[in-house]
Amino acid sequence: MIGLLVAALLLASGVLVLVAAIGLLRLPDFFQRMHAPAIASTLAAWSVALASIVHFSVLEGRASLQAWLIVVLLAITAPVTTLLLARAALFRRRLANDAPPPHPGRR
Amino acid sequence: MSSILAIAVSFTLVLYALAMALALSRVLRGPSAQDRVLALDFIYVVAMLVMLVLAIRYASSMYFDAALLMALFGFVGSAAMAKFLLRGEVIE
Repeated sequence: MIGLLVAALLLASGVLVLVAAIGLLRLPDFFQRMHAPAIASTLAAWSVALASIVHFSVLEGRASLQAWLIVVLLAITAPVTTLLLARAALFRRRLANDAPPPHPGRR
Repeated sequence: MSSILAIAVSFTLVLYALAMALALSRVLRGPSAQDRVLALDFIYVVAMLVMLVLAIRYASSMYFDAALLMALFGFVGSAAMAKFLLRGEVIE
């Protein structure tokens, strides 16, 4: 029963990571592509961490929460990386005298 | 370790490998440098998830330390590369 739950969480994370990779490959603009890896570093990482917490807690018979630390670290670092990359991309685009990215609301 | 869990672990690792291959093609093809940095950061995150899945597969909590180190160094590397794209040097 517990194995089934862990297996479902792992498979969900695998599918989510694949969706993020396809988004990284298929989306047309860099600023749209920046959204795709967030799926991997939030929902996929959360489900893997939950799977390993459940699995090791049942296996060892005590609360085993090391994976939680990794998710917290990822939640702190992923926005910083995204922000730095977005600023770098804007700067480089302006440097190349290219058009600014279109407004997200309009087409 | 039940057989359902073993099959799920193998299938998840295959999905991760596929995702990393797709991201690698973005690294090789990416029109601009920031695309390559983004795809490399994604590959780091997926490799860290592979470590977490391997911890379940081999029932060893040693892999957690490896995953923690990969998360830390992936962040440092991506931040340094983004800083390099922004300024042309990492430490000023």
